[in-house]
Amino acid sequence: MSTVTTAAPGRSAAPAGAVRSWKTPILLAVLAVVALLVFGAGAPRNNVTFRLSDPNDAIVLPDLVLPAAATGWLTAVVLAALAVLAVLAVRRGAGVPVWLVAVFAVLFLIGFLTWVIGSANNPNVALYGLLAGSVTLAVPLIFGSLSGVLSERSGVVNIAIEGQLLFGAFAAAVAASVSGSAIVGLFAAALAGVIVSFLLAVFSIRYIVNQVIVGVVLNVLVSGLTGFLFSSVLSKDAETWNSPPRLPVLSIPVLSEIPILGPILFEQTIVGYLMYIAVAVIYVALFRSRWGLRTRAVGEHPKAADTLGVNVNRMRFINVLLAGVVAGVGGSFFTLVSVSGFGRDMTAGQGYIALAALIFGRWNPIGAFFAALLFGFATNLSNVLSLLGTPVPDQFLRMLPYVVTVFAVAGLVGRSRAPGASGIPYVKG
Amino acid sequence: MSPQENPPVTPDTAGGQPPTRRAAQEAAREEERRLEAAAETGGGQVPPPAVPASPAALAPAGPGDEQPLMQRIMTGNALVAVLAVVLSLILGGLLIAVTDEDVARSASYFFSRPMDTIGAAWSAASGAYAALFQGSVFNAGGDSFARMIYPLTQTLTVATPLICAGLGVALAFRAGLFNIGAQGQILIGATLAGWVGFTANLPFGLHLLLVILAGMLGGAIWGGLVGVLKARTGAHEVILTIMLNYIAINLVLYLLSTPGFQRPGSTNPISPQLEATALYPPLLGSGFRLHWGFVVAVLATVFVWWLLNRSTVGFELRAVGANATAARTAGVSVSRGYILAMAIAGALAGLAGVAQVAGTEKVLTSGVAASFGFDAITVALLGRSSPWGTFAAGLLFGAFRAGGVTMQASTGTSIDIVLVVQSLIVLFIAAPPLVRSLFRLPTPGAVPPARRNRKTAATGGAA
Repeated sequence: MSTVTTAAPGRSAAPAGAVRSWKTPILLAVLAVVALLVFGAGAPRNNVTFRLSDPNDAIVLPDLVLPAAATGWLTAVVLAALAVLAVLAVRRGAGVPVWLVAVFAVLFLIGFLTWVIGSANNPNVALYGLLAGSVTLAVPLIFGSLSGVLSERSGVVNIAIEGQLLFGAFAAAVAASVSGSAIVGLFAAALAGVIVSFLLAVFSIRYIVNQVIVGVVLNVLVSGLTGFLFSSVLSKDAETWNSPPRLPVLSIPVLSEIPILGPILFEQTIVGYLMYIAVAVIYVALFRSRWGLRTRAVGEHPKAADTLGVNVNRMRFINVLLAGVVAGVGGSFFTLVSVSGFGRDMTAGQGYIALAALIFGRWNPIGAFFAALLFGFATNLSNVLSLLGTPVPDQFLRMLPYVVTVFAVAGLVGRSRAPGASGIPYVKG
Repeated sequence: MSPQENPPVTPDTAGGQPPTRRAAQEAAREEERRLEAAAETGGGQVPPPAVPASPAALAPAGPGDEQPLMQRIMTGNALVAVLAVVLSLILGGLLIAVTDEDVARSASYFFSRPMDTIGAAWSAASGAYAALFQGSVFNAGGDSFARMIYPLTQTLTVATPLICAGLGVALAFRAGLFNIGAQGQILIGATLAGWVGFTANLPFGLHLLLVILAGMLGGAIWGGLVGVLKARTGAHEVILTIMLNYIAINLVLYLLSTPGFQRPGSTNPISPQLEATALYPPLLGSGFRLHWGFVVAVLATVFVWWLLNRSTVGFELRAVGANATAARTAGVSVSRGYILAMAIAGALAGLAGVAQVAGTEKVLTSGVAASFGFDAITVALLGRSSPWGTFAAGLLFGAFRAGGVTMQASTGTSIDIVLVVQSLIVLFIAAPPLVRSLFRLPTPGAVPPARRNRKTAATGGAA
């Protein structure tokens, strides 16, 4: 007991790093110089066309045409100015304001897009498609990171997101194929996520096995199990086991006609709508409900929660199971929405990216949502660019989401703080 | 403080009187115990900031033998390990049987002739496991002794990169870092080693030495990068290593499309053959694929054992892993610990890359690392992050892998079953109470008379 009380102040004092951090201004300055050299000086001498809406839409917006060189110089100069502002802010002793970083990121993105598409063989891109595709690609990531939010906020590290997604995808494919109904597949996916979660909960909460270890091992287990069943059952009779019907796209009349935003928000499958609902519900529940308060308490300071009569381990168990539901539904995206059918290891590390999004989003449902969108955007951008034919080699484009993550985790977001007791089993007494 | 006085690495104290040396050693041990005790009590309540999963999370169950969970494992260690393997094999066998076609056919008339189903299930599972054994340890049907033990040498060949990379993961574990990046470190190590191997023109010996060093350097850079980023920015190493894995594979794919790396005249992402002087010589003659890389893996194990248990650096790494805050208070540089641990871990993974590119594959492709980097994590977990444990786990998983290939070829059982069995083994070994309650074993600690024990065990084990 006494060790706890004495350790606490020492711990909280040590990490804060009251020293002014030059990390962000330096990073911004480097990026601004890159922008000046590449977007400005290296700009192609042509115009870039951003198509804002499909010609068949009800409301057609005119194309946005930007001269690449002027746009490049303009963004680069503003970026440099922002970097100077950041340096000044840190010299004053204040931190770099969040809005500055946000504006910087958006401008850098615009500059980069103008430059890279301007340099392509065909400097014409459908912005609406780029954005809508990003959201679609981000759907499983968002479910995955929400699953992480639920479980880690209650103090259980969820590395098994990958396994939950994969098992969800597998179960959705099999159940939907056998029953002939995609909705049954959706429920089966949720159940599959719960099964993986149950194992995670039993081993990490009841048997107090290290949570990271259980997560990693569960991922391997699910990968092996689904791979084994895929080659020994599914691929031998794909007709029966692996030909799930797809979930239909439900477009909401009128609203789905809104340019750019319409297809993103109102022209989705059930899984897509569930995603928006899940983000909102989990956010509100986590920060505005009794359940949410208890979840956070159990994740931050289980002893205090226990003292006040919250059953810590039961709370955690429930949360981990809920996390399984969320991730499982996300897994169904792979087999019921994106491709019709299960393939070996088809989640391809998306669970780990979701984990990154969770940390990037600072363990907050809304933050995780936007972080996952960023990944979706980076992935989709690299797909679109490789079609347009850019001077950047394909492999570098495919690296893009991961490089962005490294920069984001190491530079822009700073130290993100995990829930206090995340990863630590609670043993009463 | 005592980390600096840790005797074995300071030769001047070793030259002094033995009593003081022993006293210093005792003091170091005492210090270590204190640090680890602090990790238990403090780590249970207040985790180090900004690192959600790793150090604090690993302290309770991961490295270190002094923790309560570890103690529990130690008491019934061997038995539980054996039972865990048996249990996993049984579950894997059930899975094979359930999905077998003969079993499914005979199950349709299960109620009239149940023995048919059971017999078919038995033959499916036992056939697969027999093939697994035949492909990994001893092939009794071989026409010469060399053919008979050929499977065993295959196991050792496959185990070589697993052991090296597993040691890297284990070492990082001990420093409280969860290194998922062995895959990328192997790739970059193999790339650099391969490049030296097919470009340089050097005499035998020197060339191989350079290849090995280049591989270690490549891995150390890729791993050290994670350490530097973590130490400087507090970024989470799990995320960093995962991302660097993806970056590494794309980087290698890119390099293999450039003239410097691509085989002349080829459009595939494949490098030229490594020069003969750059290759590990075969260990048992040209009839076997086993090469000197295995000996290097053994040496690496010895080195890691020495580093962790007998050197100041290793002591500091373990101190950082046990409780970073306590280590910092004791004067250990945590940043330096992170960077060093990741660099050494990367160098070890780089050795795995060398074993692949200069031993088994003899050519650089993007698939040179196979999935060794990910398997290495389970290897390190199974070996409980101790060097020799990792070595043994590497051998076991090497056997599974080598035998799995034979199994798939001869009985048609998918090699994925190996992944299932491997992960089950790690799960069961990590949760001894589960195994004990399944087999009605007595819980360790209490020593009641054997007879009464049986009754209490059922409840005690399940509790």
